[in-house]
Amino acid sequence: MGSNPQESLTLTLENPMKPAYLSLATALLLAPALPALAEGQLNIFNFGLYTPPDLITKFEKAYDVKVTLTEYDSNETAMAKIEAGGHGFDIVVPSASVVPIYIEKGLLMQSEPAQMENFKNVDPAWVDVSWDSGRHYTVPWVWGTTGVMVNTNVYKGDINTSAIFLDPPEELKGKINVVPSMTDVIDMAIRYVGGEPCTSDKAVLKAARDKLMAAKPSWASIDYASFEKFINEDLNASVFWSGAANRIREQNPHFAYGYPKEGYSLWQDNVAILADAANVENAKLFLNFIMDPENAALISNYTRYGNAILGSDAFMDPALPNAPEMVVPEELKAAGYFQQTCPADVQEIYTRIWTDLTK
Amino acid sequence: MGEAPNTERDAQNADARQRWRLALPAVTIIMVFSILPLIVVVLYSVLTPGDYGNVRWVFSTEGWFSVLFERDIFDDTLSLSDAHLTILARSVGLSLLTTALTLIFGVPTAWFIATRPPAARAFWLFLVTIPFWTNLLVRTIAVQEMIRSEGVFNRLFLWLGLIDQPIQMMFTNFAVLLGMAYVFLPLMVLPVFAAVEKFDFRLAEAGYDLYASRLFCLRKVILPLVRPGIIAGSILVFVPSLGAYVTPRIMGGGKSMMLGNLIEMQFGQGRNWPLGAALSITLTLLVLIALIYYTRLTSGRQGRSHG
Repeated sequence: MGSNPQESLTLTLENPMKPAYLSLATALLLAPALPALAEGQLNIFNFGLYTPPDLITKFEKAYDVKVTLTEYDSNETAMAKIEAGGHGFDIVVPSASVVPIYIEKGLLMQSEPAQMENFKNVDPAWVDVSWDSGRHYTVPWVWGTTGVMVNTNVYKGDINTSAIFLDPPEELKGKINVVPSMTDVIDMAIRYVGGEPCTSDKAVLKAARDKLMAAKPSWASIDYASFEKFINEDLNASVFWSGAANRIREQNPHFAYGYPKEGYSLWQDNVAILADAANVENAKLFLNFIMDPENAALISNYTRYGNAILGSDAFMDPALPNAPEMVVPEELKAAGYFQQTCPADVQEIYTRIWTDLTK
Repeated sequence: MGEAPNTERDAQNADARQRWRLALPAVTIIMVFSILPLIVVVLYSVLTPGDYGNVRWVFSTEGWFSVLFERDIFDDTLSLSDAHLTILARSVGLSLLTTALTLIFGVPTAWFIATRPPAARAFWLFLVTIPFWTNLLVRTIAVQEMIRSEGVFNRLFLWLGLIDQPIQMMFTNFAVLLGMAYVFLPLMVLPVFAAVEKFDFRLAEAGYDLYASRLFCLRKVILPLVRPGIIAGSILVFVPSLGAYVTPRIMGGGKSMMLGNLIEMQFGQGRNWPLGAALSITLTLLVLIALIYYTRLTSGRQGRSHG
């Protein structure tokens, strides 16, 4: 798998060297038979544009392991593939909201990261989390928030509100994007009308739907809009992820990230070893590896999200640890809620609302 | 007909058996890779959705029911599913319009190419096929580059003074239509070209000799003879348009779904695989209807021209 085209090219060019090539192949074939713990392979399954290449290179060099990275676009896609079996992945990075489902379905290995050497670096605030209390299965990857991003050159008012996209100010109408992340958007609308995410209260759900339907004509798109659209100011506001907002602000300083006071979601993605992983020892090495502050900083620098590893700030880009997208203002902390996976009957209503919204 | 001797009938039977044996590999491949997956889809469409995606092995017609009907989320009244019907109508409507647009642009193009000298034809055909070398996604984004607010068209119109502020073209039905027509245009040009190329231009000359006007000649001589190509091209464009996914998603900005997007949603965020499967089969049935209509059209035509 994933053979480097350059490698095969040199091999064909150096055809007379065939014996050397053969012995290399023999060595590779024999490798898994040896009792070596570290050498070999590791197959990582992660969200797209989420794994820093320098982190992978560093890990490969440190442990002499060949890492293969495969990317997915959503938790649902990832779970469907893993459940189907025969995937060959060792490591997956599920969001906090779906970790309990992974565990319930028996898809994750109880790898006991809490026993690992570098676990001492994990911020205690992120240890006894609701989805994996005591961290028996997962290690924090990054955390972030889903809020709103606004071009403050166009709109001067308060940006810490979901009104940006639910009761849009005149200046922003027609230039608003909403990410097609069904649960995030409907959760925010429910909080805006005074309910709790995953509520089964039909009056609240109806109010949220009506709010969304009324706001839709003011939106330009429901899309994973490319960063250029904001940088060029084709779009001036969006429901967005904090890390993405940070990347955009670096290229267009007019943009600012707001934490809606009515409610915004907090999330964390978590690294776990799959129950049917073939390279368990390497996977454990990787889990331990990313709990090292220097390595965790690599992840934050690349993704622009906070990690949960103490001491990693020192190794981050200087601007990052204090970036407004990373530091939740004290007075807005209480408005954050942890994203969860709704029960099936509520989920069905969510889907129906979303279908109505995007029909 | 006189009675065929027994030996001849035996030989015919043996021949038929031989043919079946020879066809077996093909039949097996069709069964395993075409019919079997379809059976899986049909099966999934009558199961119950699992809580977190996938299915539970409990029979249910809910998936099929939800294709066309819905119980109101809030007061449980039964009605036709407005959202699904809107999406269905949009899919069929935009696909028909796409077909019409590719006809308008594709037929003259094909005619132009087919009437060049043979050496030049190869060159023009080569130009038509170039887009096929490029990924669909890249081509769609290229169209987006043309029509976005800061895009080529808006800047040209602004420069010409035709408009004083950019027209919002992206994220509209027009954008979806333009994207699909562009992407599927070669599928119209090629079959029409094949039909026009076979056309015997002496027939048109004969028409002129009999004092037919250009328009009359086009209507009564040329069009009937290149019709199979036009119909084949229309089907080739209409069918993939119905199931288009990437183009509506990028050009439409996610605000107005087509069937392909609705199906994807059921398997993804919606976690309702049976409904997704039922919608997929609905789409297949729509295509089937279009194809039946196509065979009717072409076979009817041949019957008449032979008669």
